Amino acid sequence: MIEFKLPSMGADMDEGKLLEWKVKPGDKVKRGDIVAVVDTTKAAVEVEIWEEGTMHEWVVQPGETVPVGTVLALLLAPGEDAATAVRPKPAAAPAPAVERRRISPAARKHAQELGVNLDLVKGTGPEGAVTVEDVEKARAPAAPVDRNLEMRKAIAAAMSRSKREIPHYYLSETVPMLRATEWLARENEKRPVTGRLLMAVLQLKAVALAAAKFPDLNGFFRDGAHQPSSAAHVGVAISLRQGGLVAPAIHDVQAKPLDELMRNLADLVKRARAGSLRSSEMSDPTITVTNLGEGGVEAVFPIIYPPQVAIVGFGGIKQQAVVASVAADHRVSDGHRGALFLAEIARLLQEPEKL
Amino acid sequence: MNAADVRAGVLAELRRIAPELEEGELVPGKPLRDQVDLDSMDWLNFIVALHERFKVEIPEADYARLGTLEATVAYLQERTLDPSQKAAPPRA
Repeated sequence: MIEFKLPSMGADMDEGKLLEWKVKPGDKVKRGDIVAVVDTTKAAVEVEIWEEGTMHEWVVQPGETVPVGTVLALLLAPGEDAATAVRPKPAAAPAPAVERRRISPAARKHAQELGVNLDLVKGTGPEGAVTVEDVEKARAPAAPVDRNLEMRKAIAAAMSRSKREIPHYYLSETVPMLRATEWLARENEKRPVTGRLLMAVLQLKAVALAAAKFPDLNGFFRDGAHQPSSAAHVGVAISLRQGGLVAPAIHDVQAKPLDELMRNLADLVKRARAGSLRSSEMSDPTITVTNLGEGGVEAVFPIIYPPQVAIVGFGGIKQQAVVASVAADHRVSDGHRGALFLAEIARLLQEPEKL
Repeated sequence: MNAADVRAGVLAELRRIAPELEEGELVPGKPLRDQVDLDSMDWLNFIVALHERFKVEIPEADYARLGTLEATVAYLQERTLDPSQKAAPPRA
């Protein structure tokens, strides 16, 4: 049997609330299918599965909040059948999880109907079980979750961890942008308004091509070691109108043409602001790009988003030049490599037609 | 289309991109992008929305003419009045 666990969708995520199952028992799934929707502090994230199988049993029900790593559902692997499949033993060291609570099925159903969060309901039944009556009592409106506050806390946790654990070094370089600006203007002149490109797309592609060439600035630092990535899944820092930010990935940026990247970026920004992202977008970024040039900022000295090992910042284009900067993890790379990486980004931006 | 209609259409599209924008919040004559916190993706989406609503082509070279709300209204009025500036209908 396959255990479908709640994945970590970013360093700032400890738990998630299951909002909805997208697949019911008996349904077949393949790699990349969206199986569930989970609420994190940042968005309602569509969680994908990366194995093939058939949904067998929902272990966690909508409305429940569980820690990262909790088994959400059991699936049958291809060829397995329910009668013979071996149920995985619970892990020896269960996640620091909340003990499974006793909640009567009727109470669970009632809570769902009323939109009552069972986590907040105190059980008064046998062994602390939550009863229908408890749900009724809890119906009185609880203080609404302050999403902005939650997101602030999540960002605080991730950034504090980064500054505590990662020895950052910072480099910057002024990159001439005349060619890229002129090329982009010529290109956009030929295009209908719906097909125009933004400079951000050229920058993303240049960073991805450079990152693919410098694996020590691309990938993750986990369990005391660097896990380089040959693909550049570039996290794009997107500020949200209500405050806060997310940095979901565009996958395989190094291999995509600019038109496709522009469509991906437009879609990602739209979904990020609508609070609808996918789990792989949240967990896969191997490097992040932040562009703060819109408001007149000259240079950015960003903080690495763990477990990544580098982040690239762009300021605004002024006098046909932009300050590109990198913050990188000194456990993995040295300043010399970071400098070569930045120089490669600068070089790539001088040949926009080849991006 | 009169100026008031165009203005209402521009504001409606602007509010779709920046829902937090309040009526009467825009200071006349002050650059839109300074007042509404539009990044380049928002700006492009705004231009696409104007293109679709008013059926006019807005070349990138003209972005500078859309600095303020008033300038945008005047620009769109000029374009919608002049048949040669309208977006070409799709060819059969």
